[in-house]
Amino acid sequence: MTKPCFVHVPNSFRSQLLGLMLVTLLSSVSHAADWDIDQLMQSLAQTRSGHASFVEKKSIAMLDKPIESSGELFYSAPDRLEKRTLKPKPETMLLDRGILTIERDRQKHRLQLQGYPELAAFIDSIRGTLAGDRKALERTYQLSLQGDMHSWMLLLVPIDDKMKKVVQRINIYGVNDEVRSIEVMQADGDSSLMTIEKSATP
Amino acid sequence: MNSPAPKRGLIAIAVWLVFLLVCAVIISRSQFTTDLSAFLPRTPTAEQQLLMDQLRDGLVSRLILVGIEGADVPTRARLSQEIAQRLRSNPAFVAVNNGEPVNTERDRAFLFNNRYLLSPAVTAERFSVDGLHAALSDSIDLLASSAGLLVKSLLPHDPTGEMVQLLDQVNNGNHPQLVDGAWASHDGASALMLLQTRASGADIDAQQQAMAAIRLAFDQAPSASPAARLVMTGPGVFSVLSRNSIKSQVTRLSIISSALIAALLLLVYRSFTALALGLLPVISAALAGIAAVSLGFGVVHGITLGFGTALIGEAVDYSIYLFVQSEHGTNDGQGWIARFWPTIRLGVLTSVFGFAALLLSGFPGLAQLGLYSIAGLVTAAAVTRFVLPGLLPAGFSIHDVSTIGLRLSRLAQRAAALRWGVAALLLVACVILYSHRTTLWNHELASLSPVSASDLALDARLRADMGAPDVRYLVVVSAASRESALGAAEQVSMALRPLVEQGVLAGFESPSRYLPSAATQQARQASLPAPAVLQARLQQAIKDLPVRPQLFTPFLDDVATARSQPLLQPVDLQHTSMAMAVDALLIQQDQHWSALLPLSATDGNSIDATRVRAALKTTGLANALFVDLKAVSNNLYSGYLNEAILLSLGGLVAIVGLLLVALRSPLRLLRIIAPLAAAVLTVTAGLAVFGQQLIILHLVGLLLVVAIGSNYALFFDRRDSNGAILPRTYASLLFANMTTVAGFGLLAFSSVPVLQALGATVAPGVILALIFSAIFARQPDAPAH
Repeated sequence: MTKPCFVHVPNSFRSQLLGLMLVTLLSSVSHAADWDIDQLMQSLAQTRSGHASFVEKKSIAMLDKPIESSGELFYSAPDRLEKRTLKPKPETMLLDRGILTIERDRQKHRLQLQGYPELAAFIDSIRGTLAGDRKALERTYQLSLQGDMHSWMLLLVPIDDKMKKVVQRINIYGVNDEVRSIEVMQADGDSSLMTIEKSATP
Repeated sequence: MNSPAPKRGLIAIAVWLVFLLVCAVIISRSQFTTDLSAFLPRTPTAEQQLLMDQLRDGLVSRLILVGIEGADVPTRARLSQEIAQRLRSNPAFVAVNNGEPVNTERDRAFLFNNRYLLSPAVTAERFSVDGLHAALSDSIDLLASSAGLLVKSLLPHDPTGEMVQLLDQVNNGNHPQLVDGAWASHDGASALMLLQTRASGADIDAQQQAMAAIRLAFDQAPSASPAARLVMTGPGVFSVLSRNSIKSQVTRLSIISSALIAALLLLVYRSFTALALGLLPVISAALAGIAAVSLGFGVVHGITLGFGTALIGEAVDYSIYLFVQSEHGTNDGQGWIARFWPTIRLGVLTSVFGFAALLLSGFPGLAQLGLYSIAGLVTAAAVTRFVLPGLLPAGFSIHDVSTIGLRLSRLAQRAAALRWGVAALLLVACVILYSHRTTLWNHELASLSPVSASDLALDARLRADMGAPDVRYLVVVSAASRESALGAAEQVSMALRPLVEQGVLAGFESPSRYLPSAATQQARQASLPAPAVLQARLQQAIKDLPVRPQLFTPFLDDVATARSQPLLQPVDLQHTSMAMAVDALLIQQDQHWSALLPLSATDGNSIDATRVRAALKTTGLANALFVDLKAVSNNLYSGYLNEAILLSLGGLVAIVGLLLVALRSPLRLLRIIAPLAAAVLTVTAGLAVFGQQLIILHLVGLLLVVAIGSNYALFFDRRDSNGAILPRTYASLLFANMTTVAGFGLLAFSSVPVLQALGATVAPGVILALIFSAIFARQPDAPAH
């Protein structure tokens, strides 16, 4: 077991640049013994499949009050992710390889993610993190990691200008090899926070 | 030439020359074709007419599927983009799709700007307080859902979600995956493109030009690489390939078989004069055959010409009989006529009776072959009988073949010993035929297609990768005007929608989806409330929803505009990908319009025709027709095949009747029929053993075996005054057989299935017919004991 060896920087004071510098600096100083993105990805990749419940809170400017939804998540490595919303309205979203199927009101919408780059990038942030797929994440985002193995925060900032117009940043919080919450800040100020709780049965 | 030709001979020559001239004139004005017309019925039913229209210039006939293989992924994608860019400016192509979002913006703008005219959800109820409340709650739910990101910007303009509805309808097709910005196959090993030509699939010249343009764009693309390969498929491509292969093969076959037959004759005759004279009936026969078909059908099919080259080997037989059977060393035309002509005449008549049956076929290709054969054989025989003797120079003679004749004669006398062997062979053949009885015939129309198996496999692969429409099921409605055709299409759509919900259909397309009838557009406009009314209703509808009314100002403005916007016309679709769909699905023919609604089956299933027909009945439309194109085409061909079998049997009966009348002896009849029947059975069993399923042209081949073989059998039956068959006769039969085998044998190596079928049947068939005729022949009267 490696021992975490850098201090926890409070979120509020952190600029992404600083975070990035810190991470590169520290990882170069303390070599392989340190907790870094690769190690996080490796431990995340250990999880081949998972089942969790979630609660998602969305704040949308157009709407007077936040909307809360909840349901279950199923994941199996490397690229199958199912989000089953139970409340307030049943909806199933299934990502299987490049195809996103959304089922609501007995209607099935089938989307090729490639046709919707913004949505694809967004969904890939979750899928890539769960799979520990650093390559996929770095295609769209600049990654930086904070915290230690027992309480970490992965920050994703879009590289592409077009994507920046949609998503400002994504914060993924976790403990060891588990993702605990995903916070998305959209460019127009809307945001969402999804809290994930691992279910007993894998 | 110093012997005075009889007057009758001169007249015959004059008549013949005039005849040739007339034939030449007719041929010079003839139309030649290689398209599907030969395979389409002369008097089609409504379904068959639709099949023909679809094959000629329907929805799919204008699609070309392109694959780029080899090289690496980025190169393939770049090539695809470069080819597409170049072809998009080529007016020969209506659409060039490779996954690049060229039309996407325009398509979305069209759908968005006309959403209140296009969306089937636009009804008066939807714009009532309750309707608005329901639609808005739905949209807010969607906003909060996983797909919320996609619809957020739409909400202020389109809170009732019409755009989502429309996008859903348009996007329901399967598209290939995008790799590096271009469509790629499932396995990622090739880049894919889907092109639509402006010209119909039946315009083979235009299709060929389109293929050349694609090829040129590929060769001259900036990223061109020797490692990359271009493959193309599609109905138009198939037509072009078929034409090229029929053309090149007919040309090549006729040259090779002419050379081969000429060489054979030269070897036998050792005289150029004899060769030249011997070919006169053949040339006359070919000219007469083509002219007759041209007169009878208005157009001559390439397949008929291919068949005609093979018939050279048969037409030359008559002159072989004349030259070889004539008394050696004498200019014995008249003597030959007296002694042999009756036998040959009966042989020609037998053939004519056999082929006359084909004339009755509803399958124009078959009828053409029948007419060609009759005209050709009658001409060849007549020229040999009436013209050739008059042309023979004094002292004309060919190389002495009596040694061969004697040797053959001795062989023939021992042939009877093989009767038991043949009987055993026939028994085996019958067992084989019985065990293959269920798989003997190929009932698929595709079996006639000259397209090679590898091309078909490529087509299936690209089609599957592309998710390209394989239009098999169609509902067709016809009407007097575009408006009423669209209206009928809307009625049919209404009736089909429940079937989609029940899972009977996976889905369907309709031109009215992109271009609703004016009546429907007006009804949708009329269901939009006036601005003040809508504002009041909206206020009420959102009372308990978490939104503020100010948010929807754009919505109120858009609805106000939509209420008075001009109705959609076909021209408004221009430059969108929807134009292509409407263009293909809404067809004007003369004074009437047809709307096509292609239905798609659920994965791996066929569509329950009775349920679709029942649904159509509920519309009350008299002329709504459900068609399963594959079933129609296979039924069509099965019909041809069954008809051809019946007609061939009829031809056989006619031949038997003719021989019975001519020979006046059932025993002699049996002696003639037995070797022919044995040859037919053995060849058919042989084909079955080699795994060749019989198509219609095998049947024609069998008929030819009977027609040609009957000549042999008749000669074996015929006796000279001394009661024996002359050695010369044997020699002539062998030579005639060799030329026939040379002519037809070559066809067996053709890659055009119909020609191959003929060759593989006739060549072995006539050899067997000759051998069996010798075996079954009456034994020379044995000296009395």
